[in-house]
Amino acid sequence: MRRAFAPNWPARLGLLALAVYSIWATSQLGITGERLATGLGEGGRFLARMWPPDFTRWELLVEGLVESMQIAVISTALGIILSLPLGLMAARNLAPAWLSAPTRGFIAVCRSLHYVIVAILFVKAIGFGALAGVAALTVASLGFVAKLFAEAIEEISMKQVEAVRASGAGPAAVLLYGVLPQVASRFIGFSLYQLDSNLRNSTLVGIVGAGGIGGTLFAAFKRFDYDFVAAILLAIIALIFAAEIVAGRIRAALQ
Amino acid sequence: MTQPILEIRGLVKEYQPGKPVLRGIDLSIGAQGITAIIGPSGTGKSTLLRCVNRLVEPTQGSIMMGGQDLARLRGGALRAARRRIGMVFQEYNLVERLSVMENVLTGRLGYVPLWRAWLRRYPREDLDRAFALLDAVGLPEQATRRADALSGGQRQRVGIARALMQSPALLLADEPTSSLDPKTAVEVMELMARLTGEAGVPVIVNIHNVELAKRFAVRIIGMTGGRVVFDGPPDAISNDHLSEIYGGEDWL
Repeated sequence: MRRAFAPNWPARLGLLALAVYSIWATSQLGITGERLATGLGEGGRFLARMWPPDFTRWELLVEGLVESMQIAVISTALGIILSLPLGLMAARNLAPAWLSAPTRGFIAVCRSLHYVIVAILFVKAIGFGALAGVAALTVASLGFVAKLFAEAIEEISMKQVEAVRASGAGPAAVLLYGVLPQVASRFIGFSLYQLDSNLRNSTLVGIVGAGGIGGTLFAAFKRFDYDFVAAILLAIIALIFAAEIVAGRIRAALQ
Repeated sequence: MTQPILEIRGLVKEYQPGKPVLRGIDLSIGAQGITAIIGPSGTGKSTLLRCVNRLVEPTQGSIMMGGQDLARLRGGALRAARRRIGMVFQEYNLVERLSVMENVLTGRLGYVPLWRAWLRRYPREDLDRAFALLDAVGLPEQATRRADALSGGQRQRVGIARALMQSPALLLADEPTSSLDPKTAVEVMELMARLTGEAGVPVIVNIHNVELAKRFAVRIIGMTGGRVVFDGPPDAISNDHLSEIYGGEDWL
């Protein structure tokens, strides 16, 4: 009989190995049906204590949220400003190798550590508070935006750049007229996306002492004020939803 | 011939060492009219033009223009020389996200200070001239449209306006009609011939279409294998010459 579909033995063996390993690892971690049942029971009690959410300390809540928003906006702005030159310096089609290689290395270092780890480092280095949060999220933003910006520049049409250069324009004028028009809309898109994720991230850095609503949330957890925890979580969700709607509107307006 | 505007001597270009694309070109280009360079693809016509405005670095030889060797210029001196050499490209090479007006004014980037270019605060006479050129190329109402909204023929008209906006002493045109349909190709050539004739700007044009070359050029240069094998007026070119330039005769 002629065979219409070749069997993919490597894929079958791989899937089998994954299934076997998952079962083994589950038993190693002591995850049993019994453990799951207690866990679910605890979860139910926890949820019951969160209801109803307690908004009586709304001033504390608003203060934390405002600080988180400020951290997010400032760090996004700083990140974007730093990403512009870094992205240009990292683009291999515009910058010479001696410049692009170390810049790419620097951007990779900024991206390699999770922003919570960077926040802990900054809290240790420059002390508790919003400044550490701003510094940590700035590093995260420039890692993300500069990398995508450099990639966008590497995809531009060099023919358009060549034509501007042929007119006798200097390097800065070539950037202004030949390069930036080709990448401006994508750069704005990356920046908006980063503002969005910085809003989310800025609610977390407070847990390690770097300012914002996260600190309030962590304190509420430690005092078992689960109804206040619920209020904070609802407020964060509302903030993120609102930010997403605004970002969507801006994106649509830019199309 | 009048005083030449461009004197090319012993021009060699090797992209890879030992494999020259141009094998010693000697040419003088007069100060008037259209010089057409014909020849098969890959014979170095484009490289020759790009050596003149240094989009490509020559390996050897000299390119004299206005008492300067273009092949040796660097930095600011090179940019000052480039702004007197307009270029029209096969694929137009407009900056697609910029408006038609911004593309035309790109021809002034070598002249105006950076802040003016950035803030779009061009001198009044530059704007007047840009509008006059848009009128001349037949796009009087298109100044604020984005370049990527135009058709091929319209884009090449903008490309010509941009090149002339430089007030060039010489215009290079690299296959300006190859991406256009036959009718538009003739219209664009006519336009380029008329405007450069009025401005007294000599043109060097690479062109595939021998008929178009004969129709518009005062002089034809035939290249093959990185060398010049024919140089003379359009009516002097024969089928023998064409078969030497392009190889074979079946297509004639």
